[in-house]
Amino acid sequence: MLSKISFDENTMTVNFMGDIDHHSSRQIRGEVDKLILEKMPKHLIFDFKEVSFMDSSGIGLIMGRYKLINEYGGGLELLNVSPYLKKVMKIAGLESIVKISNAEQITTSQSEGLN
Amino acid sequence: MKTQNEMKLTFQSLSVNEGFARSAVASFISMLDPTVSEIADIKTAVSEAVTNCIVHAYRDSVGVIYIHTKILEDRRVLIKIRDRGCGIEDVEKAMEPLFTTQSENERSGLGFSVMQSFCDKVKVKSKLNKGTSVLLEKRLSQKEKIK
Repeated sequence: MLSKISFDENTMTVNFMGDIDHHSSRQIRGEVDKLILEKMPKHLIFDFKEVSFMDSSGIGLIMGRYKLINEYGGGLELLNVSPYLKKVMKIAGLESIVKISNAEQITTSQSEGLN
Repeated sequence: MKTQNEMKLTFQSLSVNEGFARSAVASFISMLDPTVSEIADIKTAVSEAVTNCIVHAYRDSVGVIYIHTKILEDRRVLIKIRDRGCGIEDVEKAMEPLFTTQSENERSGLGFSVMQSFCDKVKVKSKLNKGTSVLLEKRLSQKEKIK
């Protein structure tokens, strides 16, 4: 799986692309953790706009990073979560732990910003 | 109930095959013209079962994973995912939400919960040192008749 990682002041954004499963999450985990520990960002954003598939391995990936950033008081936010991805996240009760914004909400706030 | 169509798939327990396995099953059932959400449900459930074979059944080795998919006449899809791995000691316990033997590898313990919520029925049979078979059953919605 490809992913893009970018930084803006205290925010680290990871744009996941393609399928998140056991195979791909093992690859991305090391890369993301290395950068978190190096830069210690206050905010971590996972953007799921380009994610076509996710199973429970993705839950492990999210929870693991949440624990890591939580250790030094950082916060995690999930962006562009489609209804399908939300269904998987709900099984883990993720919505009670991290802030989840769905695709429509983002589009609305973005278009409001343009007016 | 008569079987309308079926397919068998055999492949090695390599994590790179997880994507192949779920896509192959999804592609096979696409002849039923399922909804996008039904396809996503089946892909996710198959991915969980196949990952279990790779991560648990053949944890320190590479073995063979068998998938047998049947389409019944009443639009029921039966998918059996089988391995000849180590087996599960306590199936009931393994199916409990959040139960995992590999938290250090960030396994969330939600594989069976996902299968159960994305399928109509999940049946697990396992024998220690012989292997495990997981049967997933999902009935696809009726196609709307063209008026």
